[in-house]
Amino acid sequence: MEKGNSGMLARRIIPCLDVKDGRVVKGVQFENIRDAGDPVALAERYSAEGADELVLLDISASREGRRTFFDIIERVARAVQIPFTVGGGISTVDEVASALAAGADKVSFNTAAVLRPELLSEAAARVGSQAVVAAIDARRRRPGDPEAGWDVWIRGGSQPTELEAVEWARRAVGLGAGELLATSMDRDGMQAGYDLELLRALSRAVNVPVIASGGAGSVGHVADAFLQGNADAVLAASIFHDGTVTLRELKQGLAALGIPMRLQ
Amino acid sequence: MIGIIDYGSGNFGSVRNALDRLGAGSFISSSPAELDRAEKLILPGVGAAGNAMRLIAESGLEGWLRGLEAPLLGICLGMQLMFDYSQENQTACLGLVPGTVEPFAVPGLRTPQIGWNRVYPAVEDPLFRDIPSGEYFYFVHSYYAAPGAATVATGIYGVEFSAAVTRANIRGVQFHPEKSGPAGLRLLENFISLC
Repeated sequence: MEKGNSGMLARRIIPCLDVKDGRVVKGVQFENIRDAGDPVALAERYSAEGADELVLLDISASREGRRTFFDIIERVARAVQIPFTVGGGISTVDEVASALAAGADKVSFNTAAVLRPELLSEAAARVGSQAVVAAIDARRRRPGDPEAGWDVWIRGGSQPTELEAVEWARRAVGLGAGELLATSMDRDGMQAGYDLELLRALSRAVNVPVIASGGAGSVGHVADAFLQGNADAVLAASIFHDGTVTLRELKQGLAALGIPMRLQ
Repeated sequence: MIGIIDYGSGNFGSVRNALDRLGAGSFISSSPAELDRAEKLILPGVGAAGNAMRLIAESGLEGWLRGLEAPLLGICLGMQLMFDYSQENQTACLGLVPGTVEPFAVPGLRTPQIGWNRVYPAVEDPLFRDIPSGEYFYFVHSYYAAPGAATVATGIYGVEFSAAVTRANIRGVQFHPEKSGPAGLRLLENFISLC
């Protein structure tokens, strides 16, 4: 872990719940969506099993789905005593304030920040940088060549932009993001390991914590994200929803490799 | 009843949820007259020191906080505001605890500190009753207070910092007990029943 003499600060394991119309769903490379359960019940279960934080992303397209999502934020806040981030379609500072008032601790911005980067500064001014997460969906420009960089995609991974991910990350942090959530679209749901080059490039470029997302399939993959990718936290969905590995097994496995973990 | 001090900044809902879970009655208010009816008080806080002190002054809570005799627990920014001064926005704070709050400035150290870090009680304090030394609590902060006369627990993030302070009726914790799982609930319960 070259950068960050953060000592015994535990590396975080963050289960991610993609919520659509009140249900947790999961796809592969942002497609083939399937049901994975009730969000409040899953949040409670993961919290009891040792999750360090949670992320809830609203992927509903409808207004009803959106209202349901805010209800879910309130219910999750009452059900768990660990921090959680919410995101998905939040595009105004008032929505940020509502999400935090409903009980969320942080808000993540993806498409809305790309379309209007000042949103990050406005949100940071209102609620503080510590509550502002820049979520970046990145896809390699040339699959075998990290030197070529990564394209930033928006709208749930359906639309490419002109932005390069590492440059955008630098800018987002300069504007006020206190944390980065970096999802490799190439690896999402594949359970074949994180994009370590992407993580290394991002953690070199910025001084805020980097959360690795997309590709966890085993304890070894997560260990690589910390030890080789210099990630501060990892986000995973499929491995937990599918029961490939439990949070407890994962954290014990990582602790055995010398990675600081909060064990219960 | 526990009074949660609402000065217009901060995540009051989470503190309230945690107190509900403990079965402790609480109310949220910005009125000194109402808050005077509480047996104990909690000063939460997120965001920046300058804005928070401005809001506290505008709410008429500044003088009231300085003269408070009831037990008060400050959380995160709520703890930092108890010191004399914060280098965040160069802000004169409440002066209930001696010392200055400064930014993490260790080269290569990621800031904010976000996550679960170990807390080591340095002296006996009822706040940490039945909580083992080295227990993990959840932190989110870019500024810290160096250990001083009021420090009762420390943590290490590049440098050693005050994780908890006590001065007469005043207590402050840099971490978020309301987001620190069972250990955090234990600490809140200690504040309610022992402090």
